[in-house]
Amino acid sequence: MATNPQQNLYSQLEHLQSKYVGTGHPDISRHDWCTNMARDSIATYLGHASLVDLFASVEGESRGRIRYHLLEKLHSPYGESKERVLSKKERLTQL
Amino acid sequence: MSKPEQQVVGSGAVDGKGAEFGKLGAFDTHIYDTEDPENYVREIAAEDASSDSEEDSPNVSLPRTRFGPSKELLEEAARAEVDEDEDPFQETRRKAIAERENEYQSKARARGVLSRDVLNVDDSYVSQMKSRLEEDKMETSVEKQKMLEGNHNEGNLSSSSEVSSSSVGLKRQRWDDDEKTPSGTGKGGNSLSTSRWDQTPLDVPAGGQRRSRWDQTPDIAASSLLKDQKTPLWTPSIHGMETPRLYDPGMTPEVYNQVRWQKEMEERNRPLTNEELDEILPKEGYEILQPPPNYIPIRTPARKLVSTPTPDTSSGYRIPSESTVPKSSIGIAPKIPEELEGVMIKPEDYEYFSKIFTVQDESELPLEEQKEYRIMMLLLKIKNGTPPIRKSALRMITERAREFGPGPLFNQILPLLMSPTLEDQERHLMVKVIDRILFKLDDAVRPYVHKILVVIEPLLIDEDYYARVEGREIISNLAKAAGLATMIATMRPDIDNPDEYVRNTTSRAFAVVASALGIPALLPFLRAVCRSKKSWQARHTGMKIVQQIAILMGCAVLPHLRSLVEIIEEGLVDEQTKIRTICALAIAALAEASAPYGIEAFDSVLKPLWKGIRQHKGKTLAAFLKAIGFIIPLMDAEYASYYTKEVMPVIIREFQSPDDEMKKIVLKVVKQCIACDGVEASYVKTEIIPEFFRCFWVRRMALDRRNYKQLVESTVEIAKKVGAAEVITRLVDDLKDESEPYRRMVMETIENIVSAMGTSEIDLKLEERLVDGLLYAFQEQTGVDDGTVILSGMGTIINALGLRAKPYLPQIAGIIKWRLNNKSVKVRQQAADLIYHIAPVMKKCKEESLLSHLGLVLFEYLGEEYPDVLGSILGGLIGIVNVIGMENMNPPISELLPRLTPILKNRHEKVQENCIDLVGRIADRGAQYVSSREWMRICFELLELLKAPKKAIRRATVNTFGYIAKAIGPQDVLATLLNNLKVQERQQRVCTTVAIAIVAETCGPFTVIPALMNEYRTPELNVQNGVLKSMSFLFEYVGEMGKDYVYAVTPLLVDALIDRDLVHRQTASTTVGHIALGVAGLGCEDALVHLLNHVWPNIFETSPHVINAVMFAIQGCQVCLGPGLILYYSLQGLFHPARKVREVYWKIYNNLYIYAQDSLTAFYPRIEIDNDPNGNYCRPELDLVL
Repeated sequence: MATNPQQNLYSQLEHLQSKYVGTGHPDISRHDWCTNMARDSIATYLGHASLVDLFASVEGESRGRIRYHLLEKLHSPYGESKERVLSKKERLTQL
Repeated sequence: MSKPEQQVVGSGAVDGKGAEFGKLGAFDTHIYDTEDPENYVREIAAEDASSDSEEDSPNVSLPRTRFGPSKELLEEAARAEVDEDEDPFQETRRKAIAERENEYQSKARARGVLSRDVLNVDDSYVSQMKSRLEEDKMETSVEKQKMLEGNHNEGNLSSSSEVSSSSVGLKRQRWDDDEKTPSGTGKGGNSLSTSRWDQTPLDVPAGGQRRSRWDQTPDIAASSLLKDQKTPLWTPSIHGMETPRLYDPGMTPEVYNQVRWQKEMEERNRPLTNEELDEILPKEGYEILQPPPNYIPIRTPARKLVSTPTPDTSSGYRIPSESTVPKSSIGIAPKIPEELEGVMIKPEDYEYFSKIFTVQDESELPLEEQKEYRIMMLLLKIKNGTPPIRKSALRMITERAREFGPGPLFNQILPLLMSPTLEDQERHLMVKVIDRILFKLDDAVRPYVHKILVVIEPLLIDEDYYARVEGREIISNLAKAAGLATMIATMRPDIDNPDEYVRNTTSRAFAVVASALGIPALLPFLRAVCRSKKSWQARHTGMKIVQQIAILMGCAVLPHLRSLVEIIEEGLVDEQTKIRTICALAIAALAEASAPYGIEAFDSVLKPLWKGIRQHKGKTLAAFLKAIGFIIPLMDAEYASYYTKEVMPVIIREFQSPDDEMKKIVLKVVKQCIACDGVEASYVKTEIIPEFFRCFWVRRMALDRRNYKQLVESTVEIAKKVGAAEVITRLVDDLKDESEPYRRMVMETIENIVSAMGTSEIDLKLEERLVDGLLYAFQEQTGVDDGTVILSGMGTIINALGLRAKPYLPQIAGIIKWRLNNKSVKVRQQAADLIYHIAPVMKKCKEESLLSHLGLVLFEYLGEEYPDVLGSILGGLIGIVNVIGMENMNPPISELLPRLTPILKNRHEKVQENCIDLVGRIADRGAQYVSSREWMRICFELLELLKAPKKAIRRATVNTFGYIAKAIGPQDVLATLLNNLKVQERQQRVCTTVAIAIVAETCGPFTVIPALMNEYRTPELNVQNGVLKSMSFLFEYVGEMGKDYVYAVTPLLVDALIDRDLVHRQTASTTVGHIALGVAGLGCEDALVHLLNHVWPNIFETSPHVINAVMFAIQGCQVCLGPGLILYYSLQGLFHPARKVREVYWKIYNNLYIYAQDSLTAFYPRIEIDNDPNGNYCRPELDLVL
């Protein structure tokens, strides 16, 4: 049976979830969601040394370089979303 | 509690220089004298509500009378018998915060929110400071000029009445002269809006009506006056304000109601007018006569009452028309908007939220006012609404915070927070609103920082712990949102405010800012403040900030300890006494926070401190000693020894101080010094002990609780240094002292010494004296209070004596037996309790015969009728059974248990608890001594105990079911329990299900599950739900043992999961969750996927219990089936066209994501759309194969 703390936990679930980076919401865009997934993936690769080893040996690169590339990619794996780029341009043209 | 504190407050005047006029003396220096920072607010004396200044205002002391004949009579009666009109519910009614505040705390209200300008957001810190400086100068010059001109009344007033209106300082007068004062922000257009926050700048008439004098009759019509009110509490209402007195800032809800009642009564009982008389009386046959010229109406109310009543000539009852009593005047709104249905509205709300009740159509209002209207509506809902209403309103106000803008929001919220009728709950909610909107508004709050601080700072010294925490949280969020520069710029002027209250709260607020933004950020500022040459107040506040930082942050000050000490060290030799005192206190706080590290940082202050104790007296000396007391424990052994010897003469001299505060500090310092390694026992023995015992071990010390505690602690510390025997020898004869509180203090000290150091040092002679004293103290206790000190002391000491107690045991047993017979209830109870305490010793001393004799005696007293005593007797029996075991128990268990069965029916909590404890013990260890029929009988009795309100009893009962089931086999017990599932009462059913689960746990699930499944076939809702619930508990308890039964119960659970009844599905979901958690990794995945498929359709349930259960089941399955599977279940709905569906699915996804972020990586879908303009979202890394 769900005990009291659990019940509280579930009733505040959405609030709790929103505190974590990378959680989604009903209005998330495809770009944001995919970016989150990519970031999580890269974080996982970097966190598991053996995965980096695998990538390094497959690509024939040094581990350090692989790691560096992954880190580089972590910031914005797919660049800025198109809508955001557009709106930025609009703002610029307005100015 | 409050007595000593008041002395503290009062003794401020005794301070070397004496308190300044209109100040609270050296109040602040004593706020932190307790060792426990958690308790610090208790230092502010909480006065009774009766002494509240707010209730004393003359116009509100009217009696509460429903049928008062006239106002004069009422007032006369009020004068005559104020006492009889005291509210009998005074103690029980919830008090508004304002009522329980003491004078000091209520200064917050006098402070007002109007005092500071809106800061210009864009300005940097430097420019802000510069402009403020200029502003100050300008103000001072303007002020001087005015004084010279002599046309400025406030100037005179403020010099004489600084206490009553703390806000009449230099700063606070700006409302009066903003035409001449530059706004300081450099924007000329702003000058009008500067000190106003409750007005839209446009309202202000360009000229005229500007100056309102204190001594002039206020002109209500002039709107500028209302805006200039210092506290914005007295909101003018637009409708029906015939008597402006109706809502007075000083009124409590209670008084308000009273006034309202009286008004209504007056309205209804007003004399009939001529027109009304014309209507009532027949037209013909009557003539209106002039009253005779010598007629004088009766003015004395007493005679009026006995005058002969006129015979009733009216033509019957007439329903009074609606319009005769203007409703608004008695606080009833003409119309409550539909939106507010179900929101309770208090009388005072009609004033605050008058707009809601007057505006007919919101959409007709101009945009700004519409906003205001919306905010009011939301705030009212948050303040008074039911939890769901409140929640949605809170969400709404948070979401739209940016849209509303900080101005309108804070203009509504802050006055509410300052309201004198505010209650705790309401304040909590308003604070919560601020907290939420702070996050949303972020740096947009900057212009409002000061207003928010004025309202929130008083929370920091509230007596309620949670209010303090809330206050801290808000200020720290505010600091994060507004930034350090704004915070400093805003609070800087308060640092040298002449009002001690303002400085006190400001220093606390600064400490919170330091903890939010880091100490290093604040260090340069603190350094500047503590060296301020301009005013001693600034230096004082600076040191106080350091002290507060130390108290708030604890060991987190360590990295900055040296700089903090450097900043304040000069204060020790300041020319102001107050500065020296607060500096010493700050050093004490720093040393306390950094213990046991950081002595290096204090090197520079050692000399001034030790020099200081020879120069100072009174409060300052106390503060210095306190600092020394906290520094010595940080030192190495030899230094500690040296410095202790340096300080000791002063300490010993101060032993005789009559000041309570000094006594406490001296006791504490003694304790701290003695605890150090370097201080030798011989030194303590020769130098300290004689004087210490002579001055402190006197009866008077036992009377004050805090002295008492401190003395006990210090004496125990001395005993630890010089040995137990030395101290106990000195104390033991006092066990026979004639004052009971003193005996208690001696007993507690000896108990603490013995439990810390044992009895090995005590020789035979001392031992005899000790036991003698113990028995005397035990027998002489009058039982005025609970007597636990003597009892536990006796127990501890006898237990510590161990084998050596043997010679005294017969005597003690004799006393117990004799006292068990005593007429006094308390005495019997204590005797029985003592048995429980000393049973282990008796066993150790091989006094089994004595024990069993006592057992027999207790058994005979089981007929005791006082429940408290009966409970203790049962407790004594438990003690005996525990040590001599079931088989040797006398009386034998087979006789004892039947005697206990009827006692189980007793409704008294203590009896129930001890009885079920004893029965449970017997069932656990000695079940074989009793026939199974007797056990079954007990089972039935136990069912009743499941109703007990105390959880411990229900838990013990449920466990006892387990023991009994183990002893006599589960079948019979189970049958009883299953039958009990049919009862109506929910709590009993719940406990029964727990008991069933426990039986399953103790006897194996296979003994229970078949019967349970069979029971599920009963076509009765309660039974089926009970069965499901039992299953849920059962699988929770058996854990991985459940794997053998998963396949057996699956069909049952599937049936429950597709039932129409919500509770079926809910309970079955919980069961699935527990099963899944239990069998994770044990190869039951197929069954669980099957169950998950039946759980999943329930994700759209809206009932909170059901949805919780379903989410729990899904989470359980995450553990058991792996996150990948659940991800694929949830992917189908994440981008569903219907928002409601998406919401639910994202909730599941997020839960999963938080739980298994890492492992989800491998399962994320491929999203590779070649023609997507945004590019290709491929994640190729995992495709790599070697």
